[in-house]
Formats: sequence, structure tokens, C-alpha cells
Amino acid sequence: MRLVQNVPFFSIMLCMVAGVGSAMLPRRGAQWLTAGLSAVICALNAWLLWFLLGYGKSYTYLMGHFPSPWGNELRAGTLEALTATVLSAVMLLSVLGGMRKAEEHVDLQKHALFYGMLDLVLAALMALIYTNDLFTAYVFVEIMTLASCAIIMARQVGHTMVAAMRYMMMSLLGSGLLLIAISLVYNLTGHLLMEPIRDSLAALVKTGAYRLPISVIIGLFFVGLGIKSALFPFHTWLPDAYGYATPTASAVLSSVVSKGYIFLLLKIFYRMIGIEVVRADHALALLFFFGLTAMVLGSVTAIRSHDLRRMIAFSSVAQIGYIYAGIGLGITAGVIAAMYHLIMHSLGKSMLFLSAWGLSDASGDSKRFADLRGAGYRYPKAGAAFTVGALGMVGMPVLGGFCSKLYFAGAAFQAGGASMWFLLCALVVSTLLNAFYFMHTVTGLYRRPRDGFEPKPFSRPRLTTVALWAFAGLNLLLGFFSQPLMQAIGDGLAMFS
Amino acid sequence: MLQTILSHLDVTVAVLLFGIGFTTLLLHGNLIKKIIGLNIMDTAVYLFLTSQGYIAGRSAPILRDGVVSAAGYVNPVPSGLVLTGIVVSVSVTAVMLALAIRLYRRYHTLDIDRITLRMKGEDG
Repeated sequence: MRLVQNVPFFSIMLCMVAGVGSAMLPRRGAQWLTAGLSAVICALNAWLLWFLLGYGKSYTYLMGHFPSPWGNELRAGTLEALTATVLSAVMLLSVLGGMRKAEEHVDLQKHALFYGMLDLVLAALMALIYTNDLFTAYVFVEIMTLASCAIIMARQVGHTMVAAMRYMMMSLLGSGLLLIAISLVYNLTGHLLMEPIRDSLAALVKTGAYRLPISVIIGLFFVGLGIKSALFPFHTWLPDAYGYATPTASAVLSSVVSKGYIFLLLKIFYRMIGIEVVRADHALALLFFFGLTAMVLGSVTAIRSHDLRRMIAFSSVAQIGYIYAGIGLGITAGVIAAMYHLIMHSLGKSMLFLSAWGLSDASGDSKRFADLRGAGYRYPKAGAAFTVGALGMVGMPVLGGFCSKLYFAGAAFQAGGASMWFLLCALVVSTLLNAFYFMHTVTGLYRRPRDGFEPKPFSRPRLTTVALWAFAGLNLLLGFFSQPLMQAIGDGLAMFS
Repeated sequence: MLQTILSHLDVTVAVLLFGIGFTTLLLHGNLIKKIIGLNIMDTAVYLFLTSQGYIAGRSAPILRDGVVSAAGYVNPVPSGLVLTGIVVSVSVTAVMLALAIRLYRRYHTLDIDRITLRMKGEDG
């Protein structure tokens, strides 16, 4: 056991300790503790990723020296380390970029608590990525839910309170379904660790017994985690929550929280149930169908919204649909495309949220499209970042979105049959719709302001600028280095299950 | 059919409770009733899990009266899961109630539809 192999455990524990610690610190201390923590976690996971790329296989980490099938385990491979590195980098930049805005939005006394909750979100994310134990996953899902409710509420306006209530209702329904699924799994197999569950389920499937309960389990996991990650018909809580929370919170919710749940679902399907069982059960077809619907209808709703941040929020629904459709294809190429898209979306969407706040600040605190005209000239850096993000989402060549759409199309051809046509059609329609509303917004940013518009003075915090530049750089890098990244994801997936 | 229902009475009750909780959560406009519905739903899951983990005639795995054979005890994991679940649901309920109080103070009603209306009214 090398020191670097302790990173998964260290990451989770560091975040938990920092979460408690920052609640007791003064305001500035809590801010910088959270930023520093994300930076440290990012660096640690990058170190682990470096080690694993050389090591070439995944390893399990015993928590408390009880071997499988009894104890509690963490498991780390390239895919886990890569996701953890990217998402903690996104966390760092979102915290930096939204820091000044959060000072305005969050009560002075609640500031330390807000950052404590962000630390807990990171802790839960690390645990969801690395854990190999179903019940640990459940507990951290709940921690993630409570912490994200708190960060939605941190900015206290009517919309965020109602959004937080809706979020809790939907999310707890999801947790309930998840808990039933877990108890059914424990009933059938008598295990909570993922590999023993898969072995028992494989033996059960071979005998042909318990077909129905296994289908129910798959369905419950899918619906439970689908609700939590705002898959299309279950997304009603999302627009207000993303649109009115403070920028750090919107960025973290859209690019870190929902991704943690998706990663857990992927882990459950691949490592715990076994993808052959899931594929034989037609559950994937359902997942695929929901994903396609989200891709199209999410974009349609985005077009119809009159407010910039709600539009970005609805675009999230569509992008989550891409990820689910990729997983639902049921072939490795689809999952690789979905994972790439997950990374692309979390880098792009957090940048869009941060720059959208900057742009609406530059337009007299309005987020209506009419007032936003010319905002690109008033705040050029935010305008540039928004343009990069929007082009990335649309799928402009060289940028991340183009590569991910290319890989989705490639996966569709590999899958063949009816699902190929469905996915290709949905891709085309969704891309056109995406292009329509994002380009409409971007050209609006560079048009003459409407008559009689008097720009008010506004602040351009240096931290936000730094974060936006870093985000834009990462998005460009993502496009340029898509090949090695896909390679790493593919290798990670091979050692994942 | 009836035979199955009667022989799995605990599961049947759990399913019924879940249904009651779920419909309360979905159909009632009142926030407090929604929270109660959520709690009933959680309780149904705990009842299901507890009853599945219990084997008649066996006791909790605490060494007592010199019985050391595993056959004398039930598996402690389901009970552990239920305890964890209860802790989670208590904290979640507390957060939800706090939220409901916040909303009541701001909008002077607990009805979610009226709250939404008044919220939209605030936008002007």
C-alpha cells in the first residue's frame, strides 16, 4: 500500500473535517478554507490519477480491516480519479468565481455555514465517487441532498425558498425509492458491498428465479437517482433552484451535485448489478427513451423561457438527457461518450452560470434578454466566457461539445438498429434547438442596447475574472485533448466494473 | 392471492402505508401534511426492512445466557440500516419543518399553490 492509495479516504475525511471547521471560522476564513480545500482535493486526486495511469488497474481500500463481504470498502480506478479531479476543479473555480457575489447574497452570519455546506457537498461527492458500499452511498446521497438544499436557500428570496421546498419534496421521494431498492437488494442477496451483490445476482439470474424483483430493483434505482439528477419528467424543481440561487450554488448544483448521482447510477449498473443483467432487463431502453425525451424537450423549454438563467437551467435538463441517452445505449462507446459529456457539461455549465451573473450585473441586475443587449461590450470578459461556453454547448468544432456530439454519433452508429436512428435524430434536433437559443443570446449580447437604456455602474471582481479565464482555458483544453481524455475514460471504464 | 396477502401481512401493511404516504405527499397542498406524508412513507420502508430482517424465535445478536450459536440470533444489519434511516429521516423532517416555518413567515400560508401565486406576485 502506497501513500497515494489513501487519497480516496483522505479526500472524504478532509472534506468532512473542513465542513465542521469552516462553520466555526469567521467569514473570510470559511471562504478561503473551502477554496483551499477544493484545490487540495483536486491536487490529491490528480496525484492519484497519475499513479493509477501508471498502475493500470483499480484497487480496493479496506475501511477498518474487515475483508469483503463484511467490511466497508472504497474502490478507486482511473475513471473515479478523473471524475473527482475534474469536479473538484469545477468546485474550486465556482467558489472563487462566485465569492464576491455570495458576500452580497448570503447573510453575514450564515456565511460560514454556507461554505461549510459546500464542503459537505464535496465530501458527499467524493464518497459517492469512491464508495463501494451501497449503504454508505445512501447516507452520502442524503448528506448531498440536505447540503444542496441549504446552498439553494443561502440566498433568501421567495423563489429560492419555494425552490428549496420543491427540491426537498422531490428529492426525498427519490431517496425513499432508493432506500426501498437497497432493502430489496439486501433481501435478495444479503450483501451491501457491490461485487458480492453482483455475484449473487448473477447466480440468481442464471437460475431464472426472482426476475420481477430484479426488474423492480433496477427501475427503483433508475427512478430514484433520475429524480435527484433532474432527468426530464422529474425536473420540475430545477429551474427555480438553479435560476435564483447565488452563482456559486447554481454552478455547484448543476455541475457537481447532479453529476455525483449520475456517477452513482453508473456504478450501480456496471459494478453492482452487472451491465448484462441490466441490458437483458430492457431497463436501459427506458433510460435511453427518457434521455432522448429530455434532449429534445429540455431544449424546447429552454427556447420558450424569457430569462437568461432559466434558459441555462433548462439547457441543463437537455444536457443531462444526453448523458442518460449515452448510458442507455448500453454499449461501452455510449458510456464513454456520456462520461466525456458529463465532464464537458460540468466545465461548461458552471462557466455559463458565472458569466450569466456577470452579464446581468452589467445590465442593471436584469436577466431579461431585452436588457441584456450590448452586455457583451459592457463586461467583455463575461461576454467572452459566455460565448465560449455557449459555443461549447452548441458543439462548435474544436470545443468540447463538438467532440462529445461526435462521439455520441459514433456510439449510435456502433449500436446500430432503431436506437441509432432515434439517437441521431434527437442529436440533430437538439443541436439545432441549442444553436438557436444560444446563438440568439450570444448575438443579443453584442447588439446595440435598446433605446433609453442607461447602464448602471457595476463591480467586476478580479476573482470572477480569474475564474472565468480558467474556465474558458479548461474548456478549450477539453476540446484540444479530447483524444487522450477519451482514452483515459475508456481505460477507466474497463477497470470500473 | 388472499393467502399471500395474509401470510405476508407485514409487507402488505408496509405497501399500504407507503401508498397512503405517497398520496398524501402528492395530493395535499398543505406543507405540513406533505411532510407528514413523507414521514409515513419513510416509516413504511422501515417497517418493510425491519420485518424482512426479523426471524421468529431469534433474538438480537447480543451474547446472553451463554448462547453462542449463530442460529440463535438475527442478522443485525437490517436493524442497523433502519436505525440509520430513522436518523436521516429525523434530520430531513427538521429541515423541512424549518423551511415550512420560513415560508409561512413570508407568505402567511402553508398552501403550496397559494405560496407559488404570492411568489409570482412578488415579481410584479
